[in-house]
Amino acid sequence: MARETTTMTKDPILKVEHLSMRFGGLMAINDFSFEAYRGDITALIGPNGAGKTTVFNCITGFYKPTMGMITMKQKAGKEYLLERLPDFEITKLAKVARTFQNIRMFSGLTVLENLLVAQHNKLMQASGYTFLGLLGFPAYRQASREAIELAKHWLEKASLIDRADDPAGDLSYGAQRRLEIARAMCTGPELLCLDEPAAGLNPRESLALNELLKSIRADTGTSILLIEHDMSVVMEISDHVVVLEYGQKISDGTPDFVKNDPRVIAAYLGVEDEEVEEVIEQIEEIEGGQGGTH
Amino acid sequence: MANIASTTASAGTDVTARALREAVFAGLISLGLFVLFVGLKSDQNIRNELILNQRWGLLAIFVIVAAVGRFLMVAYVQPAMARRKAAKAEAEDVDAVKEETFFSRNFSKLAIAFLLIYPPLVVAIFGVQGSLKWVDNFGIQILIYVMLAWGLNIVVGLAGLLDLGYVAFYAVGAYSYALLSTYFGLSFWVLLPVAGILAAFWGMILGFPVLRLRGDYLAIVTLAFGEIIRLVLINWTEVTKGTFGVSGIAKATLFGIKFDASKDGFAAMMGLPMSSAYYKIFLFYLILALALLTAYVTIRLRRMPIGRAWEALREDEIACRSLGINTVTTKLTAFATGAMFGGIAGSFFAVRQGFVSPESFVFLESAVILAIVVLGGMGSLTGIAVAAAVMIGGTEILRELSFLKMVFGPDFTPELYRMLIFGLAMVVVMVWKPRGFVGSREPTAFLHERKAVSGSFTKEGHG
Repeated sequence: MARETTTMTKDPILKVEHLSMRFGGLMAINDFSFEAYRGDITALIGPNGAGKTTVFNCITGFYKPTMGMITMKQKAGKEYLLERLPDFEITKLAKVARTFQNIRMFSGLTVLENLLVAQHNKLMQASGYTFLGLLGFPAYRQASREAIELAKHWLEKASLIDRADDPAGDLSYGAQRRLEIARAMCTGPELLCLDEPAAGLNPRESLALNELLKSIRADTGTSILLIEHDMSVVMEISDHVVVLEYGQKISDGTPDFVKNDPRVIAAYLGVEDEEVEEVIEQIEEIEGGQGGTH
Repeated sequence: MANIASTTASAGTDVTARALREAVFAGLISLGLFVLFVGLKSDQNIRNELILNQRWGLLAIFVIVAAVGRFLMVAYVQPAMARRKAAKAEAEDVDAVKEETFFSRNFSKLAIAFLLIYPPLVVAIFGVQGSLKWVDNFGIQILIYVMLAWGLNIVVGLAGLLDLGYVAFYAVGAYSYALLSTYFGLSFWVLLPVAGILAAFWGMILGFPVLRLRGDYLAIVTLAFGEIIRLVLINWTEVTKGTFGVSGIAKATLFGIKFDASKDGFAAMMGLPMSSAYYKIFLFYLILALALLTAYVTIRLRRMPIGRAWEALREDEIACRSLGINTVTTKLTAFATGAMFGGIAGSFFAVRQGFVSPESFVFLESAVILAIVVLGGMGSLTGIAVAAAVMIGGTEILRELSFLKMVFGPDFTPELYRMLIFGLAMVVVMVWKPRGFVGSREPTAFLHERKAVSGSFTKEGHG
């Protein structure tokens, strides 16, 4: 349902145009373009080594792309060219938050502290860049109470409220994944980028993750861009799927469309030599048929 | 548990037999090992001929010590340790949450109270003149290192940036006071914050090029920076007077009251006989106040966003950046804050000595301060203070152990062994408590209850 409304308005929040990333002689991403729409859950999928995480690192500033333009359009209409911002300003100004494929917790800090660190910029301002806070101005105390309230809100959402005072390193793997998402949400993002949030989760945990992601979108209107291998998660929650293979886009559309796309099937399952012709024919047919819509 | 139970059940004879057997083995092994090393000694006689001295008696002593030692170890020490372990495990089962004693709960308050009454106490026991040594050599000396280590703790313990050149900031502070007071005649109270600001400024200057480095590389560059400052102080003779150092540095005053023999000096005003001990006691309270200020600011900063960002930086720098934290400015503020306290301590050092020379700021000082931070437990103020008291107080006490001369002869100087003992103590502490005296970390905020974070979760930082 949400999909219909968004496809009607088609308001892109993130526009990636002609993105290329070269590591020495290796073209990790080659002329890759796609759009993520506001309020959508967009999934970026593809076989191992297709360059999904590289795309993420380009979007969030951890890599500087060799070529291409990445535009983030905020709700208020402000636009940021992400390839020109240093990584921390992408979160701070452009309001794009991310999580990592291999979880990056502040394991020696408590769960609550992890969420307070995520509100650094807001609190920094409230504390007058530390000086006023050090002198005990009430504005900081007020802000710090609000920060704890926000942290509490996300802890409840991620069902981690009972573990709030435990060190983050003490949590189970699934709980750390949820904490990382909660932490990213505490930065107040408009676009949340999740790098394989369901990796290593058991079926029950990945069901809970689906619920968490859906409620994030429903309650805060945050758009989500995710990389995922777990097709049950992708097909269940995403509105829009982009498929990447060898650094190039091979398919882009609704989950149902992508599921039946012969190029995607070929990329994931491979094709017999004698079937290649047949598949190419099919592909051409599709491209001819839907050239107008995509 | 089962193992221990069975050994205690079949007790006595079994253990003794095993001990005897192992003792014989140990004796045989040591006989085999030492027969050529100890039993025979090649030597030259008076005609320059090679002869073999036989030392069977000495060899027998070696073998007997090994055998008896092994016997005692197996028969008594190991069962005793096993019993203790079992008792401990049982005690933990019964009463998992051990109630903290009054002493450990209020340790820091008691320590501060003790420090406040320390000078009068020492004067009461040793007399005014006799108190000099205890206030100056022990009190002030230890407190300077406590303050330095607390300052370095911000950089190393909180932000996780390994700084091997911390003494550079100490030198900057000391020389800023020494030079500005001799050349411009500014007072100590004006120059105390100025020294801190100048040191912080140097911290930033060092920080800019260095902070893109991480881990070992950062350590090496900070080490080099420390040496550069020292070499500049040695070679810039027109200003710093080189290795001669700056002497005759003005003393501090208490609201304009001087501590000298003049008519309006402190002693005369209070109607006390003139003694340098009063100045030392004043300095003691001064450095105590400065150290407590360092601790207070550190505690406050930890609860500020910047303090949390420092600790987050120690845990994971990439995650920090992904949360919108500018890691460069965060590192710079850590460096500058740490350097500022180093600089303030430095200007205090200059006013206390009345003389500064580059020799006071060698790499060894940085190493000692870093050792105190690591031994105390990175990030823990209490642990670091205890470590400073043990390390610096310990080396001072070695000077006092003149009775050792009676044991080892008049040529024995215990001070010469202090670095040896220092090193040994560090090894022992690191084996016994790998995370330092206080390995756990106090969280800066909590929802339900404040639980200390075990040291096994916190990271040391990667630069």
